[in-house]
Amino acid sequence: MRAQYDKEHFRQHSLPTPFHPRLAELSQGSSWHCWKGHLSPAYFENVELEYFAIRNACSVMDLSPMCKYRIRGQDAEAFFDRMVTRDMSKLKPGRVGYSVWCNDQGKVIDDGTIFRFAEHDYRLCAYERQYEWLKISAAGFEVDITEQTEEIAALTVQGPTSFAVLNKMDLPGLETLKPFGIMHFPYHGGELMVSRTGFTADLGYELWVEASKALTLWDELFEAGRHHGIRAIGTDALDIARVEAGFIQAADDFTPANHTIRKDHDRSPFEIGLGWLVNLEKPNFTGRKALIREKEKGSRYRLVKLDIDGNKPAHASYIFHDRKKLAGAVTSAVWSPTCKQNIALASLEVAADHPLDDLWAEVYYQRELHWNRVWLRCRVQDKPFWNPPRRRATPPGLF
Amino acid sequence: MTDRYDVLIIGAGHNGLVCAAYLAKAGWKVLVLERSDQPGGAAITREFAPGFRVSACAHILHMLQAKVIRDLNLKAHGLDLGGPSIDTIALAEDGNHLTIRQRSIEGAQVTAAEKAAYAAFIERMERHAKALAPQLLKTPPRLANAGLANAMQLAGMGWGIRFGLGKKRMQDFLRIVGMNIYDLLDEVFESEALKGALALDAVLGSAMEPRMPGTVLTYLYRLAGGLKSTLTLPKGGMGSVTAALADAATTFGAEIRTAVPVERVLLEGGRAVGVVLAGGEELRALSVISNADPKTTFLKLVGARNLEAGFAHRIGNLRASGRTAKVHMVLNSLPDFTGLEQDALGNRLIVAASRKYVEDAFNHSKYGEYSDQPVMEITIPSVADPSLAPAGKHVLSAIVQYAPFDLKGGWDAHKDSFVERVVDVISAYAPDFRDKMTLVECLTPVDIEREFGMTGGHWHHGELALDQLFMMRPTYGTAQYRTPIDGLYLCGAGAHPGGGVMGAAGHNAAQAILAGDK
Repeated sequence: MRAQYDKEHFRQHSLPTPFHPRLAELSQGSSWHCWKGHLSPAYFENVELEYFAIRNACSVMDLSPMCKYRIRGQDAEAFFDRMVTRDMSKLKPGRVGYSVWCNDQGKVIDDGTIFRFAEHDYRLCAYERQYEWLKISAAGFEVDITEQTEEIAALTVQGPTSFAVLNKMDLPGLETLKPFGIMHFPYHGGELMVSRTGFTADLGYELWVEASKALTLWDELFEAGRHHGIRAIGTDALDIARVEAGFIQAADDFTPANHTIRKDHDRSPFEIGLGWLVNLEKPNFTGRKALIREKEKGSRYRLVKLDIDGNKPAHASYIFHDRKKLAGAVTSAVWSPTCKQNIALASLEVAADHPLDDLWAEVYYQRELHWNRVWLRCRVQDKPFWNPPRRRATPPGLF
Repeated sequence: MTDRYDVLIIGAGHNGLVCAAYLAKAGWKVLVLERSDQPGGAAITREFAPGFRVSACAHILHMLQAKVIRDLNLKAHGLDLGGPSIDTIALAEDGNHLTIRQRSIEGAQVTAAEKAAYAAFIERMERHAKALAPQLLKTPPRLANAGLANAMQLAGMGWGIRFGLGKKRMQDFLRIVGMNIYDLLDEVFESEALKGALALDAVLGSAMEPRMPGTVLTYLYRLAGGLKSTLTLPKGGMGSVTAALADAATTFGAEIRTAVPVERVLLEGGRAVGVVLAGGEELRALSVISNADPKTTFLKLVGARNLEAGFAHRIGNLRASGRTAKVHMVLNSLPDFTGLEQDALGNRLIVAASRKYVEDAFNHSKYGEYSDQPVMEITIPSVADPSLAPAGKHVLSAIVQYAPFDLKGGWDAHKDSFVERVVDVISAYAPDFRDKMTLVECLTPVDIEREFGMTGGHWHHGELALDQLFMMRPTYGTAQYRTPIDGLYLCGAGAHPGGGVMGAAGHNAAQAILAGDK
């Protein structure tokens, strides 16, 4: 499984990704952090510039540390259908589906995207390592599971000009690719897979190649994007965009069940706003019985999108009813440069029928080592903060 | 409902029959489905050579619950325990055997002090066992999401241990319950022969050896199941016990169909609604109860894919790899055991000369080998019950350990040499043995799995060990006879309180099902 690692790999705290030589060249801040064992930059030069590349031009981020698993075999569909909460018979070959999967207690282990390449051939892309859980879930199914995290390099190319950039790369037919679609192209003797997916709620693509082609892909992509404002970005910029999109992040907005020790500190799909991914009509999937019980009894938590007054991001703030009774806490917060809104995701411990029209955030902020506190009014939003039509347009715009 | 049956019971083993009898007695319409051509499961008496019959697996009845005998009126249905308790004779090559009775020991080399120590030890162990015994006929409590009844039962267990035993005995219980029998016996006895014999009781039928932690618990468990240490050889062999159970069940109105292997449990919308037989015939009922072992029930009859992943994983990890073989032999006449009168041969003869002997026997099995010097529990049931063999001839039935399920090189290649070892070992105690024996049948764990459908050939349906007992048997999530599949229940030895011809699991399952709805 790990044969591709160098014998001396353990001497390094974090492994370089296949794009590392290019990342290192561009990194001016040395903002490296460890993303699931890989070196990843939080930013290269300036988070704001990188963020605006996502919204106004074309951003490129190294996605290689995402955990990737190939699942093949005649039972692959049945295997996924039992493992994840959504109805996998609806995911056709050539399509990507987002889902969560739970443990027997109905608590979310992780969320991720499932790529269906062919009838019996899938790839799972997840934030957390999943090999063990996949093996556990495979008992009784004819499937073969291969760890591909190291062998597949990936870039996420997001922003209004992302199609214009890729359009210059000899990828015939790309204009017909719909959101959540997959296309395969021959690439220097290998294969380039393009999926119209992303974590930004904008027009964007993800590119997947074998690790040996990574640098070639990077160079060709940046050459193609030279006149389209292409820019390498780190994870900080993406984190702003994903909150605008209303996307949750494992370990930020929920703790993955397999890493949660304290009782009730994990979350069910209903409790993180992903009830729409749960199909209780399926006769069996892991977590089903617990989720049916939860549906009957009511969930303990709920995740809300908040539009907060003022301009001070409500990082880690407590949320109160009417400034008196504790209702929950913010899990992700950001000032949205595009929406010009102070936005947040918050986990509330409130019954489903309890009104949420009196929420306030208690926000602490510092000015030259002096702490200040403000009460900011919060309004629950149903829709993503950012959701432009260009995200879905097919053929996409040539901005 | 238009269903013809209220419940289908998969397997007519003794627990399946007990469960069927209780449910039928309560007025339920019960159909028991048995894969082989006679009811009884592994608790049957079987002809292994023309005219020679023997109990196929367990051959000594010592744990069948008095309540079950009483409730089902088994004596009226033909149960004959075959007389009072037999003795245990720990064989010694020099003929200085040790006779172990319910409360006393005897032997040429046994000192008065050792006799007193034995009486005190048995009294002490039986007191402890009594603290456990009431739990055998109860559904284990749930630990998570425990309601009041569960909390009360847990409190009752604690109460029984604290106040039933008293402070001093409770301290002793808590000190020794996690110990190994090897060390405990050292604290009490001088005689290595006695220590070996008692150590065997702690590991019989399991994949353990006397130095393993938990072997005091298995010893107590054996005592708790068979209080008063009564050992009987039922007349007609173990099959007569299940015949009585089958008779009781059918008298109460249950139906038993034999030679109908169940292929799988029929599921609709995640609920068990019946079974599919090997021929494709579908039978429906309000509930399905499985007497099969947990791995067979969940991984074969239900299928891992129809379970949630964590639960299926726990079932897959259950330790149920048998290391016990059964050897049957035809004897042309009774062999001459050194230092033993012929009329003593109707007793339980054991080969476990010392704790080290048991340990050495086990060591081979760790490495996938059978024991060079196996331990044995031997009976010659035809001494007391001539119906088992033609006049003047006899049958020998031996439980032989250790014979690992996954023998290196496979059993096909090694069965004959294993039997040779068995004959050699017996010959050390009965020099003319080889001349007296003729036909041999050897059931290795592989044969037991194939013949009786027990995964790993483990006749307790899974190790009796602390992590697989009480509210952990077979595993949490299905330790109260209910399973994660609505409408499907367990009633076999894989459920609490486990194996041995006890009938407790079948009794408890029936009570749990009667307490709930159909």
